[in-house]
Amino acid sequence: MIAYLGRRLIQSLLILLGVSLITFALLYLLPADPVRQIAGRSATPQTVENIRQQLGLDQPFVVQYWHYLVKLVGGDLGRSYIQRSEVTELIVSRLPASLLLMVGAILCELLIGLSMGLIAAVKRGTATDQTLMVASFVGVSAPQFVVGLLLLYVFAVRLSWFPIGGYGTWRHLVLPSLTMGILGAGWYARMMRSSMIDVLRQDYVRTARAKGLARGAIIFRHALPNAILPVIAMIGIDIGIFMGGIVVVESVFGWPGIGQLAWQAIQRVDIPIIMGVTLVSAFAIVLGNLLADIIAPFIDPRIKLR
Amino acid sequence: MTTTNPILTIANLSVSVRGEEGSREVVSNLSLTLERGETLCIAGESGSGKSMTALAIMQLLPQPAARISAGTIRLADTELTTLDERRMRRIRGDRIAMIFQEPMTSLNPVLSIGRQLTESIEAHTSLTPAQARQRAIEALKAVRISEAESRLKQFPHELSGGMRQRVMIAMALALEPDVLIADEPTTALDVTVQGEVLELLRDLQQKHGTSVILITHDMGVVAEMADRVIIMRHGSMVEEGKTSDIFAHPQADYTRELLAAVPRIGKRRDPDSALAPSPSLRSARLTSPPGERSSSTFAPVSFAQRKEEELAVASTSSSPPRGEGGPQGRMRGPSAEHSTPVAMVKDLHVRFDLRGGVFGRVTRRVHAVEGVSFSIAPNETLALVGESGCGKSTTAKALAGLVPYSGDIVVGGRNLSGLGRDERKAVRRDVQMIFQDPFASLDPRMRVGDLVAEPLVIHGIASKEERRERVAALFDRVGLSSDQMELYPHEFSGGQRQRVCIARALALRPKLIIADESVSALDVSVQARVLDLLKELQREFGVAYLFISHDMAVVENISDRVAVMYLGQIVEMGSRDQVFSNPRHPYTKRLIEAVPVPDPARRRNRFDRLDQEIPSATRRIGEAPLKLALSDVGDGHLVATEG
Repeated sequence: MIAYLGRRLIQSLLILLGVSLITFALLYLLPADPVRQIAGRSATPQTVENIRQQLGLDQPFVVQYWHYLVKLVGGDLGRSYIQRSEVTELIVSRLPASLLLMVGAILCELLIGLSMGLIAAVKRGTATDQTLMVASFVGVSAPQFVVGLLLLYVFAVRLSWFPIGGYGTWRHLVLPSLTMGILGAGWYARMMRSSMIDVLRQDYVRTARAKGLARGAIIFRHALPNAILPVIAMIGIDIGIFMGGIVVVESVFGWPGIGQLAWQAIQRVDIPIIMGVTLVSAFAIVLGNLLADIIAPFIDPRIKLR
Repeated sequence: MTTTNPILTIANLSVSVRGEEGSREVVSNLSLTLERGETLCIAGESGSGKSMTALAIMQLLPQPAARISAGTIRLADTELTTLDERRMRRIRGDRIAMIFQEPMTSLNPVLSIGRQLTESIEAHTSLTPAQARQRAIEALKAVRISEAESRLKQFPHELSGGMRQRVMIAMALALEPDVLIADEPTTALDVTVQGEVLELLRDLQQKHGTSVILITHDMGVVAEMADRVIIMRHGSMVEEGKTSDIFAHPQADYTRELLAAVPRIGKRRDPDSALAPSPSLRSARLTSPPGERSSSTFAPVSFAQRKEEELAVASTSSSPPRGEGGPQGRMRGPSAEHSTPVAMVKDLHVRFDLRGGVFGRVTRRVHAVEGVSFSIAPNETLALVGESGCGKSTTAKALAGLVPYSGDIVVGGRNLSGLGRDERKAVRRDVQMIFQDPFASLDPRMRVGDLVAEPLVIHGIASKEERRERVAALFDRVGLSSDQMELYPHEFSGGQRQRVCIARALALRPKLIIADESVSALDVSVQARVLDLLKELQREFGVAYLFISHDMAVVENISDRVAVMYLGQIVEMGSRDQVFSNPRHPYTKRLIEAVPVPDPARRRNRFDRLDQEIPSATRRIGEAPLKLALSDVGDGHLVATEG
């Protein structure tokens, strides 16, 4: 187990290194000039050149990347060009809000998605099944900003059950979590359904029935743990999709997380913040996958970590 | 045994399955009774409706496609067909229990053995968890599982197939049901394990007076176990009677054919070894037998085609001329050293490393094949027998170039290890394989004609037109018609598919064909015909076979020489007669004894049981297995001696 974790840690560091290199290179190749953004339109060429030198942006790519890496190893993500503060501080102050949103969203998608998939599989071929699958299809295909605005309109504006935006109480959390969760719920419903249908066909389910067990015991004790395995592996990958969705959803709901931070930074080519948010997201994805792999053996004794 | 009050009565039962072309009866108008304490065998080939009957009794027919369309099933005084699901659930597992064929998949992989045992006990009794646990331990002890208490914590994947099937039996018998339905309970097990499991079933049945319905395709198992037999075919009962009567005086034609097709040890069912009938006669015989739907399309081979085929083969192969080579080669047996062997294997080792620890170092090693040596002469069949995990398939794979090995493999006089990539490919053309599962070894998206032509394409042989002609000739030769070349694999029966696989193996006119359990998945009557075809092709083309099987009766039927493998090594090798009439090694004796004899008069009283697992071939690094030395006990009959 420890050997396994050690190897995975080394792998994770390599992945993060790769992500940092690719993101850095992409930002370097970007036609937009961050210095222009900082200096403003009326700045003289001399001022622009000064700022460029000050930020080290006149150096060749390799040198720039090396400097960034050296600081990164010391835990320093650099200073924001525009906001004039440490990127680390900015991210740390906004991370809890985003994590909260992510937990809410994962709960939403698991609760909605898994139960939809389970019911659809058990009632396979019936009208219930078809309705649920159409619903999941809508969930998968509806753009998040549309879902967000729709939920806002119905539950915040018309019904006033939840606040329109902001951050603070659990009621603030409901609509953004739902918006993020609906996309994943659609995926999970479909995966869970096919996985469950497959498991219900297995010989050991027939054995369980031949033993005279009640329907509930067969579904929840015998089928569900087997069916949920491929879904768990998905959760790790899912966090990556979340990181994309968070930018949109946090903007729609005015949620003060790193998604909003990233959105502002992208508009103004604030390279240190973009790099920082990307690395934190990549770290979250790597961590999510690791957690999913560690949980799997607890459900399926055949899986051994090595 | 009372005959007044049967425990189970089935009257006029019909089961129909809804398919794409409307509904179809898979069981029609079946009536039977099961007396208390009796063992009733339902025997038949695949598609005879025997499993459907079992599922109908359990009310577990696959929903919603299959349903009982007529008839009644009574358990003592309870009518089961009209019972609601809640009350049926109380009967399942408690009064009627069932064991299934596939022990590897019939237990839930994520639940411990203990959980799976106790849950059915708890579902049907009011015992406390502690009492249920105690009951579970007793049940495991009853099926002779050692260290029952610690087994409760284990998971199915930690047990072997035989152990799992015992757990299934323990689960079924823990609540002492009135009726036990065992659906092919030993088909997936090794012969020696099969012997133990059958004996266990018989013991437990006698002890508890359970009535047993045993479903099987194996007439040996029927003879061994049954008081009465029902023979089924295409969903209907063909014949019913006491076991001894059925075997001694079968009334129905089908029963006679079925019994005739059963391979038996000691009675070589090989009418053509004395004189070979003309090919057209043989083909004509092949058209008649039942079971395989395809047989009507079996056109007698025309002489023109045959000549052409023979000429083509003669030009590419250096094997002795077939006409006279056939029967002569049959009798040659072990004294074939004067001709160059088709293939020679010397001191073959195949080991797989298992990694573990912090840096993924090799910690343990599977010694799959340990110093195996043999040679195969042209026109000869060498059988490699042994139980699962003995290394027989790995040996075959090494010979076909599918796994890395150490040692020497010489094909057609050329040592493979000294050859370059292209040369090796050319030599490998002489070695072809036929696999066990004809359903899995044909790509479902390719036409069978293309599948057979593929080896020719890969090796760049012949133009497109010539290939077509060759494939058509091959189809004719293996008993398929050339019109069938355009069809897809799913349109064929199992036996026909295996014929396609044989045609594919023949396409390159190899000198050696490796048949890895090639007839094991087939029904006996189909199996007999495929074996006949293999022998015929050998006579005709002079091809040698490495025939890998776990089935001693089949091996006796087809082989010239036999090598018995155990834990990666050969423990005995000799001519067929030497090994079967005079087995010297204890393991060989055990293998032969374990085969159920299809003759109720020769029922064995007790199978000498081991109640332990065959040891594993996995060892720690540095712990090499003890090497067995083979010594000649006369006439080339080699037997292993320890040390």
